[in-house]
Amino acid sequence: MKNFSKLTYPYVIWMTVMIIIPMLMIVLYAFTVQGNSVLTLQFTLGNFARFFADRIFPSVLWRSLKVAVITTVICIAIGYPAAFVMAKLKANSAAMMVLLITLPMWINMLVRTYAWRGILTRFSLPPEIAVYIGMVYNFLPFMILQIYTALSKIDPSLLIAAHDLGANDRETFLRVTLPLSLSGVVSGITLVFLPAVSSFFIPKLLGGGSYILIGNLIEEYFVSTGDWNFGAAISLIMAIIILISMYITRKLDRETKEDD
Amino acid sequence: MEKKTGILSKIYLGLILFFFYLPILYVVFFSFNSSKSLSKFTGFSLKWYESMFANSSIMEAIGYTVACAVIATIVSTIVGTITAIGLSKSSKVLRETVNQVNNLPMLNPEIVTAIGLMLFYTSLRIKTGFWTMVMAHIAFCIPYVMLSVLPRLRRLDPNIAEAALDLGCTPLQAMFKVIIPQIKEGIIAGALVAFSMSFDDFVISMFTTGPGVANISIYVYGSVKRINPTVNALSALIVYVVTIILIIVNVVPMIQEKRRNKNNVLKENV
Repeated sequence: MKNFSKLTYPYVIWMTVMIIIPMLMIVLYAFTVQGNSVLTLQFTLGNFARFFADRIFPSVLWRSLKVAVITTVICIAIGYPAAFVMAKLKANSAAMMVLLITLPMWINMLVRTYAWRGILTRFSLPPEIAVYIGMVYNFLPFMILQIYTALSKIDPSLLIAAHDLGANDRETFLRVTLPLSLSGVVSGITLVFLPAVSSFFIPKLLGGGSYILIGNLIEEYFVSTGDWNFGAAISLIMAIIILISMYITRKLDRETKEDD
Repeated sequence: MEKKTGILSKIYLGLILFFFYLPILYVVFFSFNSSKSLSKFTGFSLKWYESMFANSSIMEAIGYTVACAVIATIVSTIVGTITAIGLSKSSKVLRETVNQVNNLPMLNPEIVTAIGLMLFYTSLRIKTGFWTMVMAHIAFCIPYVMLSVLPRLRRLDPNIAEAALDLGCTPLQAMFKVIIPQIKEGIIAGALVAFSMSFDDFVISMFTTGPGVANISIYVYGSVKRINPTVNALSALIVYVVTIILIIVNVVPMIQEKRRNKNNVLKENV
């Protein structure tokens, strides 16, 4: 059996080269001055200072977080009732709904976002609204499916027990169904908030270039401006913020579970 | 539990499905438009399909997308499966380390993974192009393959592989004759995820490819600056292909099951 363990060695090398080193490269670039070579690395905090001292950059970061939070809230508000209704359907119809929701997800996200352009230009909506529609459209399926999975796992006898013990529908929902489905909501939040913060083609395709988010800034500095050190610093700031929010979300999830 | 759903709930679900399918149907509909307009339907025409098939960069983009997805799927499925098998027999420390590192590309925003790879390639002065894109795809597909293979391996009885070795199997035979057949479903699921991840990828491809090599997503992204109805035809084509594949994947097992049930009923009655 010891032989089998050796099977992992090639991948350990591969992941060091293709996953760990690229991550370190971002950190290295973020903390160094532009245009230095390997021999003359010049470390600096200037890239970060430049970001936070600027008038525009922090507000773009703030806007990205705002858009991601609002998108997540809208997805919960629309997705929870949908998942709740689905969980009450007969098994066959529920499976059909899951299939119908999953089907469009197999079509390339970029193509689906592109597809909105025709409709949105027709109504000439403000770019902000267009971006929200694109975000909710792309991420709502994840939320519905996560909450539905959590809801469908709830043992129906628990609900019957709650009724037998005198709880009305509202109380049963608030004290049994809702707490038991929170884990689904939390994984839904992870799947919506994370890509929403960093999304850059949704604002680019639907916001018409006038509604810029942090992902667009990163793209800008890597593709057009060519200031990779500053771009790496922005990515690092974004990655850290996302890590912190993931940590808080998971912690909340654990706390709600401990309460049970 | 009561299994009744009111008419209002059904309307609600209907509206959500309408929202999900609206842009897809819209783009398919306007791909048959005879004019450039995306809001006025002036008549039925196949001219955008013709210009799509005549457009060499679109055909190239389709070729690159398929080739990249096929290579990335094959390599990541093989490497992912072998590594997962190895991990299931490794020390806990190694297993945890690999899982944590694998989490990075799955939890990190795609754009962060993408620029990491781009910085890595350029620092080594590797000329970016089709193969750098394929390598990047393999890198982000392997963790997903492992994610779907590892749970299957965990459920496997370790004694079975031991028994195979005791009975004279070489480790390779034990792997192909004993372990792999039992985790086949996980491998297939992993391969499917890898294929669709690679086929649909935009962000990582855009940062790891080189000049002149664009997959479908990069092509669409690059051509939206001006109105270009050929892209509608391309989008519609993807919708058709995905729909046909999904119908085959979902309906064929249903028919098979029905046939099986029918056979069972017949057998019981005989």
